[in-house]
Amino acid sequence: MKTIQLVALLFLLHLAPAHAGKTLDQVRQRAQLACGVSTGVIGFSSADSQGRWNGFDVDLCRAIAAAVLNDATKVKYVPLNAQQRFTALQSGEVDLLSRNTTWTLTRDASLGLHFTAVTYYDGQGFLVPKRLKITSAKQLKNAEICVQSGTTTEKNLGDWFKAQGIKIKPVVFEKFEASIKAFFSGRCQAYTTDASALAFIRSKEAPKPDDYVVLPDLISKEPLGPVVRRGDDEWFAIVKWVVFALIEAEEYGITQANVEQMKANTDPAIQRLLGSAEDSGKLLGLERDWAARAIKAVGNYGEMFQRNVGSASPLKLPRGLNALWSKGGIMYAPPVR
Amino acid sequence: MQGRRRGELAIQALLAAALVAALWWLLDVTAANMAERGIRSGFDFLTDPAGFAIGESLLPFDSTDSALWALAAGLANTLRVALPAILASTLLGTLIGLGRLSPNLLLRSLCAAYVETLRNVPLLLQLLAWYFVVTDLLPLASDALQPAPHVFLSKSGLAIPWLGGDSGVFDLPLRGEMNIAGGATLTPEFLALFLGLSLYTAAYVAETVRAGIQAVPRGQSDAALALGLTRVQLFRLVLLPQALRSIIPPLTNQHLSLTKNASLAVAIGYPDLVSVANTTLNQTGRAAECIALIMAVYLILSLLTAWLSAWMERRSGRWAERA
Repeated sequence: MKTIQLVALLFLLHLAPAHAGKTLDQVRQRAQLACGVSTGVIGFSSADSQGRWNGFDVDLCRAIAAAVLNDATKVKYVPLNAQQRFTALQSGEVDLLSRNTTWTLTRDASLGLHFTAVTYYDGQGFLVPKRLKITSAKQLKNAEICVQSGTTTEKNLGDWFKAQGIKIKPVVFEKFEASIKAFFSGRCQAYTTDASALAFIRSKEAPKPDDYVVLPDLISKEPLGPVVRRGDDEWFAIVKWVVFALIEAEEYGITQANVEQMKANTDPAIQRLLGSAEDSGKLLGLERDWAARAIKAVGNYGEMFQRNVGSASPLKLPRGLNALWSKGGIMYAPPVR
Repeated sequence: MQGRRRGELAIQALLAAALVAALWWLLDVTAANMAERGIRSGFDFLTDPAGFAIGESLLPFDSTDSALWALAAGLANTLRVALPAILASTLLGTLIGLGRLSPNLLLRSLCAAYVETLRNVPLLLQLLAWYFVVTDLLPLASDALQPAPHVFLSKSGLAIPWLGGDSGVFDLPLRGEMNIAGGATLTPEFLALFLGLSLYTAAYVAETVRAGIQAVPRGQSDAALALGLTRVQLFRLVLLPQALRSIIPPLTNQHLSLTKNASLAVAIGYPDLVSVANTTLNQTGRAAECIALIMAVYLILSLLTAWLSAWMERRSGRWAERA
């Protein structure tokens, strides 16, 4: 089935007209942003019972729609699985991929794509049953490890255990549900994926969360962020700077609630960001208040984090590396000026 | 007559040329568009190290081996489950097909019920059901059942002693810290896929066999019985040779379907060709190339099977004439 979809996308490759440098015009013309999201990762992008999409990655689509179209609701969400995602972006089916995708050299350099900015610093970890009394991933000698296919996860597994000189047996499933079911039925001695997802899997999917423990080892760097097509530098800049503006907003204490009052703030940096002094939007081909609109739609980076994956969400992920650089993390945006 | 034949040939040649031209155009436009969008293409990635491990493999495979070798290991895994399943489904299907023709009402009904149930439930659901039954029922690897010395049965599969290994002639499975180590293992994924494919295809084979035998004219049986042949002789010397000619072509289709259905392995974690190719696709991003490779391999497998069956058909034809 997936094969058929892929082949269909390949045919689209030559049917869709080339549109380098025109993504912004197209988005404005159809008054809708086509945003590629995951088929369902709680906290990042998932649809509720009414079919409304929400999550961290979804909020980024909303922020960009707000900045470009002045309406955060004008987004068409296109759920894509791991195999479809790059082809969908390459073929022009989506304007933007906001789908917890890891930034790697191969992807950045050979797929006709540009990674714009890092929105979430993640790493790959392991979930194990407590009864095995394991405290480190290095003890997983000869273990069978359940994993979902279609991510960087399988390669990290191969690399890391090769470097450790440990043999493991991956059991690779196509669907998340099957991989989880197999792990919790005891088929594998460990389950591996990005640490952000492990916390959720343990608390929401485990029959008894206390019987399982997330190992402290992270075996890889997984910088996740939105991706655009190559050949459209204007659009690349817009996506990149909306992300930076949301991070800057957190630094300056601009929130969804106070963004209107902040427009009157005397700090020149805040005035620049919100468009009440110079017109930073003009340089990007957007309106003067582009950043203010984005912040009004989804809040600043910190608010986006807390609401979807942080303390105000069921996932309760710590900020960790994703805290601002000024607060012990590495989240740092170039200045809007 | 001559003129009409030439005309037909010309039309066929034109059609073939148009088909080749269309394919060429498709390839050309796709390649041009990919180049324009800065998407790297080509099959050079096949010689790069694969970088991922394969859980179970008939061929010795390590994550530093090439992507091509990974795909070969995937193909070997596909054949490793498809060939035994073809054998098992043909044997079981033939028995059930004969059972449906049995004068015994109970046997006949049981066989009919089997065919109707198995044929009418989607194979993917059957595979998932088998898989979860197998993994739920078996004990954890740490408390593996030991039905015989050095034979372990657990959620990690059936581990048996096998040739080779570090310690001499026989490699014996032993309880390790984490898992059963050593020996040869039939994993739950393999067992579920083998069972699911065999039982599902057997239902179709049964119908093929039944139809083939019923296609032999009634007069043949009557004549044979009138000549004093026993039921076994009637079956072996009269019905089977004639039935085989109508059974083999559709039977080949069932074998082809089984091989292609083996690609559902990705759903239950068995590393078949499609599963390995999917992983390769994801690591390299070469979607068009990987999909083309999968298609080419299945096409070759199907053509080989068809050729084998044509050969068998010719043989069975000769057999029928001799008989």
